[in-house]
Amino acid sequence: MDSLYTLLVEPLTYDFMQRALLVSLLIGVVCSVFSCFLVLKGWSLMGDAISHAILPGLAAAFVFGIPLLLGALIAALICAFLTGFLKDHSRVKEDAVMGIVFSGMFALGLVMLTKIETDVHLLHILFGNVLGISRTDLVQTAVIASICTIIMVIKRRDLMLFCFDPVHAGVIGLPVALLSFGLLVLLAMTIVAALKAAGIILVIAMLIAPGAIGFLSARSFDGMMMIAVMASVVSCIAGTIISFHIDAATAPLIVVIQAALFMIALAFGKRIKQHDDQAIATG
Amino acid sequence: MTGQDVIKITDLSVTYSNGHCALDGVNITLHTGTICGLVGVNGAGKSTLFKSIMGFVKPSQGSVKIHGDIAQKALKKNRVAYVPQTEEVDWNFPVLVKDVVMMGRYGHMGFMRIASKADHVAVENALERVGMRAYENRQIGELSGGQKKRVFVARALAQGGDIILLDEPFTGVDIKTEDSLIALFHDLANEGRLILVSTHNLGSVPHFCDEVILINKTVQAYGPVETTFTQENLAKTFGGMLRHHRLIGDDLHDDEDPRGLTVLTDDERPLVLYGEEGGEQIRKLNKKGRKRTT
Amino acid sequence: MIDLLLQPFSYDYMVKAILISALVGGVCAFLSAFLILKGWSLMGDALAHAIVPGVVLAYILALPYAVGAFFAGLLAAGSMAAVKHKTALREDTVIGLIFTTFFALGLLLVSINPTAVNIQAVILGNILAISQSDMVQVTIISVICFAVLALKWRDFMAVFFDESHARSIGLPVTALRIAFFTMLSAATVAALQTVGACLVIAMVVTPGATAYLLTDRFERLIIMACIWGAASSAIGAYASYYLDANPGGLIVCLQTAVFLITIIVAPKYGMARGWFVRRAVRGING
Repeated sequence: MDSLYTLLVEPLTYDFMQRALLVSLLIGVVCSVFSCFLVLKGWSLMGDAISHAILPGLAAAFVFGIPLLLGALIAALICAFLTGFLKDHSRVKEDAVMGIVFSGMFALGLVMLTKIETDVHLLHILFGNVLGISRTDLVQTAVIASICTIIMVIKRRDLMLFCFDPVHAGVIGLPVALLSFGLLVLLAMTIVAALKAAGIILVIAMLIAPGAIGFLSARSFDGMMMIAVMASVVSCIAGTIISFHIDAATAPLIVVIQAALFMIALAFGKRIKQHDDQAIATG
Repeated sequence: MTGQDVIKITDLSVTYSNGHCALDGVNITLHTGTICGLVGVNGAGKSTLFKSIMGFVKPSQGSVKIHGDIAQKALKKNRVAYVPQTEEVDWNFPVLVKDVVMMGRYGHMGFMRIASKADHVAVENALERVGMRAYENRQIGELSGGQKKRVFVARALAQGGDIILLDEPFTGVDIKTEDSLIALFHDLANEGRLILVSTHNLGSVPHFCDEVILINKTVQAYGPVETTFTQENLAKTFGGMLRHHRLIGDDLHDDEDPRGLTVLTDDERPLVLYGEEGGEQIRKLNKKGRKRTT
Repeated sequence: MIDLLLQPFSYDYMVKAILISALVGGVCAFLSAFLILKGWSLMGDALAHAIVPGVVLAYILALPYAVGAFFAGLLAAGSMAAVKHKTALREDTVIGLIFTTFFALGLLLVSINPTAVNIQAVILGNILAISQSDMVQVTIISVICFAVLALKWRDFMAVFFDESHARSIGLPVTALRIAFFTMLSAATVAALQTVGACLVIAMVVTPGATAYLLTDRFERLIIMACIWGAASSAIGAYASYYLDANPGGLIVCLQTAVFLITIIVAPKYGMARGWFVRRAVRGING
């Protein structure tokens, strides 16, 4: 009993641990919901690109004194539209164009941050710092994450249809361009929400792994989403508490636990190649 | 013989932003109760015509009217349903058969897309109609080629429109499945729908279409299959793209019969014409299940 | 004036940084000629992140960092192949999943063992303060890669352009493929020192893409890419002396800026040419 108390409850007697747990849960939920769309739409590279490309937006937002979210949002949209524009108007393949655009923007952000005196701490943006979350950060993350989660859950059927069959979505009169744009904006907002806690690179993991776990374990979309959210929540709680005990960085630990869950899904998932198809065809 | 006018295309031209002119001066009126084939080479404007009917491209000239409405307005009324090519669909997507058919009902649902009793009934009826009720809880990747096609036809039915656009419905299905799908399309047309099928499979056109549109940037010929789907019109539409084999007299048989056989093929099932030179008739290979509404 | 311009060359560390950057930039650019044509840009990025735990572990165990990087790269490539084989997940999902997981593993190792590694140097590069042993490793890797590529680029081209043909004329296709990806990993490992994990992708994509806008001949593409890759890296490192900014960031900013200019003004494939042609056509018609 005592050991269980030390294990689970003791960490939560600290203020900063309560905040860390809350914030990782918030971003865990919003990232896992989004990851379902990202994995199904084939936008993993887009997630990677946008998370890197927001760096100059954050630096510029500081210079011009506008909210970080706005700066990040503008940078994300510039990255997405510049990629699309250059792909349509040159002979270079899309993946190469995307790589060039986001690495160029990241490099620009890097140079800006070394030249400008900001309180945007480069290392925190790169790696995140769950334990250093302030009360204001928590409120900000909570607001952004809740808005995104609510929109995505309410409109999940339209977004899912957009990922599955955009032509049909258009035929029944859904605003396809708006859905595409909306998904992009939601992606940028989700990344900004997760930034302070997970950092630019690990947020990509949180945006892919839960969806992949759900994909392997469920046959319907709602099932996939539920499993993704559960996997993410479990990893976030376990990651936060274990990191306290072994004195390790929280966000990387969460990602590693998600990878472990992915391996379990790989071993026991319903939709692993061959075995599954045959079992159902005969049964 | 023909039903009510549904799609009225007047002087339609489409030019893409890169300057490519995909359609030029198309004039067609399509009717309910018919199966209409849309035939032409790749790049002849088949898919652009489909996109115009679905309101995805803006005409540079002319108009498409569906029941008197412009395309975008007709879409809001769920008039048009589209059955995609098998290759266009991600069959690994985690959706069940009934989920896919339910997607046909989204246009009828509210903001949250929560299904009502009527929606569930429509989905069940549509699945019943195409004979897929027993498979409603399968994930779509677990179906055979013909079953996959049926699910998407069921989605079009659940949607409730009277225009169904099918894009290359017979690629990747065997002849037996093709025949059963054709029987289904006939039934649906007989109930008063317009079924527009884009295909480059020349052999199956006389086999199941009532009318045919031969297209090559503009309409080369349009009308009932018997009078329109002729060697002359096909040659005009396909130009040099058509493989042409002619077998006469000795090539064909050992008697003195002077009649010849002409085989025209794009790349799949060949079209067989048989008779005197210049007066070949289309040989219908299979006439079963043909009940024309009059 | 001249004195001011030559000032960086009077410092040993600046000369080293410029030379090493140019060498690595040239090798990466050589590889970029292949990557952009095959659509493998994501590979370079993924490898750069995936080798981080290997590098960290090598520093902790005081091994040559290239060894750790090599094994981590191998393990990541193997995991990607296995997951891809077993599931219906899209390729980009699999790559994204594995490389971020490996990266997280690297960060976790650092957080448990914070003193052994300067993680910022791994992520953002540290060419100005490169250690002697790291410099030797980078030089050896780059020279070997460059030699192999210079001797065998026609074979690689044959394999990537038309594998069946390459097989039919008796080229060892599998061996060449393995050799190519080994060199890609090695070049990534080298570039880690100059621009860091986050920006390796630019080194192995941008110079090739720029040259691709300027020529239709593969041989010229390679030559242009290599020259520009080496030159941009040298200039970036040199400029960091005056601008006092991260050299990796400067190198990639320079490469991206030149790519954007090229995409507009390239004689045959530039956007400006398209505008002029359309205007001329309109002029004739109207």
